[in-house]
Amino acid sequence: MSGSAIEHCDVLIIGAGPAGLAAALAAAPSGAHIVIVDDNPAPGGQIWRDGPGVELPIAAMQRRNAIARCANIRLVSGTRVIAATAPSELLLEDAERGWRIGWKKLILCTGARELLLPFPGWTLPGVTGAGALQALVKSGLPVAGERIVIAGSGPLLLAAAATARKAGAHVVRIAEQAGFQAVAGFAAALARWPGKAVQSLGLFDASYRTGRHVLSAQGDGHVEAVRLRRGTQGEEVIACDRLACGFGLVPNTELGQHLGCAVEMRHGAPALTVDAMQATSRADIYAAGENTGVGGSDRALVQGAMAGHAAVGAIALAEARRGELARWDAFAATLHQRFALAEPLRRLAAPDTLVCRCEDVRHAELAPRNDWTDAKLHTRCGMGACQGRVCGAATRFMFGWAPTAPRPPLSPVRVATLAALHSQDHSAEETTHAA
Amino acid sequence: MKKTETVALRINGQTLSVRAGTSVAAALRIAGSADMGTARRSVLGQARAPFCGMGICHECRVDIDGRRRLACQTRCEDGMVVETSA
Ligand SMILES: Cc1cc2nc3c(=O)[nH]c(=O)nc-3n(C[C@H](O)[C@H](O)[C@H](O)COP(=O)(O)OP(=O)(O)OC[C@H]3O[C@@H](n4cnc5c(N)ncnc54)[C@H](O)[C@@H]3O)c2cc1C
Ligand code: FES
Repeated sequence: MSGSAIEHCDVLIIGAGPAGLAAALAAAPSGAHIVIVDDNPAPGGQIWRDGPGVELPIAAMQRRNAIARCANIRLVSGTRVIAATAPSELLLEDAERGWRIGWKKLILCTGARELLLPFPGWTLPGVTGAGALQALVKSGLPVAGERIVIAGSGPLLLAAAATARKAGAHVVRIAEQAGFQAVAGFAAALARWPGKAVQSLGLFDASYRTGRHVLSAQGDGHVEAVRLRRGTQGEEVIACDRLACGFGLVPNTELGQHLGCAVEMRHGAPALTVDAMQATSRADIYAAGENTGVGGSDRALVQGAMAGHAAVGAIALAEARRGELARWDAFAATLHQRFALAEPLRRLAAPDTLVCRCEDVRHAELAPRNDWTDAKLHTRCGMGACQGRVCGAATRFMFGWAPTAPRPPLSPVRVATLAALHSQDHSAEETTHAA
Repeated sequence: MKKTETVALRINGQTLSVRAGTSVAAALRIAGSADMGTARRSVLGQARAPFCGMGICHECRVDIDGRRRLACQTRCEDGMVVETSA
């Protein structure tokens, strides 16, 4: 076990989703030594997540195979970034060891996570995110015969429902918070992006209802029923075994912010700032995909390719993709406009609803605080294992608080990994190509 | 991944056989049919199960072969020993 190794590479890519895979394939012809790091056991990111419950689409398999054929790309799965240990060096940890990796160019492709909002009962076993349900089913979660309610906002609700239904679940209700007009407007606008239109037709579901949102999950020890608000027509209670709630996506900017990259508000959430070549405010660091603003996998693929080309100096190749990117940026703008979250969702939590799931902090304890830092200091909100990933995005939405840049470690870390910080540079023989 | 192979692991002392590639989060559910796959107890003692499914919320953390790991980002392997008391 070479726990004290320091690895070196030319281009380091964090995230093996569509953006990261495209970046690696675009940079590979330069001959640069490329390393891709991802915390999941297999590459693919959120949309191409592998597991016993999936048949991967051809687009995903092609890229995986292409990466495997490139001798100058090393894919490091099941590995998390813990902290920056020097201006061009990161500390990594996998199940076995911790080690440092130095890079010349870094491409951040860290994707997005779901916006998960607190409501009474949201901590009951059986409540998950909507994309989370999809991810868990793909990883082998058995849902055959379960009655499932999916609620929240955006096209991901339909994708999650399709995955659950294919696995044998009864999707008894899909509740979209956006109104009928907004959703119909989105469907009509899809004509400009024919690929997306075909995709969404395939996902249509008879249990889909607009203008509804979750009020609470009920049950003793696990979910037994869900209460939904039905527009202006009152409420409905639906018996179910599982509730999946997702309110759209939030860019994963934490690592970028930790490295000093600037962020800006895009579509209502902080996103990494990038220029026309996907460079961040740090000239040696690029960003691509959902962490620069949520816009779907096609946009992530184009941005990833542009970042990969730019990082190895192939500027003309990057520039050639700009028109395509504009098309997907327009798609993103339409998506966010049509699925904007309704005002009442800011008030789903009751006084005794836990907002910080890690430290069990109630809404009533947070409501009197002035801002995120004040809340952290007085209630321990955001100080637990998830480091504010869930409650930070939620309190931004509920109270308008701006979470501060994350402090290292970015993820709970083993002591042995920290010990790797005190090691010497073993370079050559430890610089493994041995994928 | 060959989708017909199985692996055998132990969850809280119970031996379980699952399809190769199954996450520990999914295996928790398969093992605990009544509790929806509870992984840990919260500060106030509530049962918590995998929630985000993607390595963000840490609600799924368990001890795997003596190490604290995220069940949703760990694949079941032959002979693995999982404890949820964490
Ligand atoms: C749960 C979920 C399900 C989705 N399902 C669909 C779908 O079915 N259809 C669809 O069109 N779109 C879906 N999306 C939208 C999806 O985000 C994009 O379409 C696409 O996956 C974005 O690609 P990306 O490369 O930007 O990011 P991602 O695919 O999110 O890839 C980012 C990768 O980086 C990893 N990562 C992040 N931070 C670190 C770190 N610090 N260390 C190591 N690894 C890290 C992540 O685990 C992930 O594997 C989904 C999104 C989510 C959140
Ligand atoms: S379920 Fe959230 S980290 Fe595993």
